[in-house]
Amino acid sequence: MSTTTAWSPDQPIVSIKDVYKSFGELEVLKGINIDVMKGEVICIIGPSGSGKSTLIRCINALNNINSGSIKVKGMEVNNLELDKLELRKEVGMVFQQYNLFPHKTALENIMMAPLKVLNQPIKEVEEKARQLIERVNLVGKESSYPGELSGGQQQRVAIARSLAMNPEVMLFDEVTAALDPETVNEVLLAIKDLAQKGMTCILVTHEMGFAREIADHIYFTDRGVIVEHGPPATFFTEAKDPRTQEFLSQIL
Amino acid sequence: MKLYQKPKTPTDLPVLKPFVVSGSKTWSMETFGTITADRRILVAFAIFLIAWLSVDVVYAQIQSDTNQSAFATLIKWTPLMLLGPPGELGGFVLNIVVSFIAMALGTFLGLWLGLGQISLNPIIRRSSWAITQLFRNSPWLVLLFYIMLLMPFRVTIAGVDFDIPGWWKAAFALSLPIMANISEIVRGAIASIPTGQWESAESLAFSRTQTIWQIILPQCVKRMLPPWMNWYCILTMSTPLVSILGVSDGMSLTQDALAAESRSEFLIPMYLWLMSWFFIYSYPIAKLTRRLEHRFAVNE
Repeated sequence: MSTTTAWSPDQPIVSIKDVYKSFGELEVLKGINIDVMKGEVICIIGPSGSGKSTLIRCINALNNINSGSIKVKGMEVNNLELDKLELRKEVGMVFQQYNLFPHKTALENIMMAPLKVLNQPIKEVEEKARQLIERVNLVGKESSYPGELSGGQQQRVAIARSLAMNPEVMLFDEVTAALDPETVNEVLLAIKDLAQKGMTCILVTHEMGFAREIADHIYFTDRGVIVEHGPPATFFTEAKDPRTQEFLSQIL
Repeated sequence: MKLYQKPKTPTDLPVLKPFVVSGSKTWSMETFGTITADRRILVAFAIFLIAWLSVDVVYAQIQSDTNQSAFATLIKWTPLMLLGPPGELGGFVLNIVVSFIAMALGTFLGLWLGLGQISLNPIIRRSSWAITQLFRNSPWLVLLFYIMLLMPFRVTIAGVDFDIPGWWKAAFALSLPIMANISEIVRGAIASIPTGQWESAESLAFSRTQTIWQIILPQCVKRMLPPWMNWYCILTMSTPLVSILGVSDGMSLTQDALAAESRSEFLIPMYLWLMSWFFIYSYPIAKLTRRLEHRFAVNE
């Protein structure tokens, strides 16, 4: 078990090496290797139950891995003495079910973590939260409660809430899967804007068109292994593995 | 909260059909209707009481009895039954005071015990569970006897004697079952919050303590309020138990008054009189509890 090492921008910001993970008898991840450079956008695709969500939940230690190594900015995640709070300040996460805090308004949702976790002064935090609201195109919804917002609006608040912590890496776990088709686009636009501004993004997604458009690299997982990967230009047209071909033929 | 969900798999078994609890809507004529209906019950209760007493007065006059009528007797004893002997805390007011203290103490202890039940430390978790189960499943009267006899009536702190009044011990004893039940309410409410809330708080670098106090518990308040108020009503109704242990509450003073009058026909009006106070005190709370339950059920 290695511990934290120094990190420099020429090294991968997220480095996943030979990761194994099982829930009891069920092996979910069987030797995953992915390197993500700073500013890169990675899409992980694959059939349900292939371990995509588990994989990205391991990156911010929501799930523990059984063996292997995940390093985020040099911090070893597979480490019992890991300072999880330090890790999670670097890694933001957006969930399929938004998971906004229902007892707080949109603005308060965004302000909460910087206020309570980072103990930043309230004036600064509010100013920043208002900028984020603007950035995700939700001006006017500051004092709405999550229950009063549509799915797409809630998801954009969730993105802003993660960004308020100034993370280095953003994880998106099927963030459009629970949305109405007409609101998917507004969320994808918010993510695209992030990606274009240089945020390191790791997405688990079923939106193939979107993946093709914004990803620098696409990974296809099936039954806990990475079957195939490559830049979108070649991935979609020159898939070699029959499992990838079958998946793509079903979905495209 | 959904009252009815379609079964995921087809079934031949009987299923719970959707139903609408009357008054579950937000403010409307329907709600107004239910409230007036409830007022009618109150009015009916009052009319019954007054009618019964007037009949009694007439009856006493026909008998041309030199003794007082039940009504006059009630009036005579009311200050004692309500406020206790002059210069002392007692009577029905003491019942309410005991209920406040027991509830406040029980809620405070119960909150921590409930949090103990979800502790990551197995020793704290198991002992909190054991304490909860012990006091939830013990008869209140047994707990009362136990505490009244176990706790000293006088303590000496730094050479100064402090008397512990009986009603204080009684309030403490009654707070124990309240504590255990609040503990279960807290544990249940926390368990009912979706795990996504924990996960999103965790991924925003909240510590476990911060998550509990700033994200989980605030959401639990709404869910805990109706059962909490319900337990307050049960507690208030149970405070006359303390009369068995010599505390001068409304119940024991009513017994004293009856003993002083030594007229057995007063037994019914006197207890009815006392009962009506409890009813008038707790009925609005029970009513509010029901309203809150419905309102929260609709909003979720």
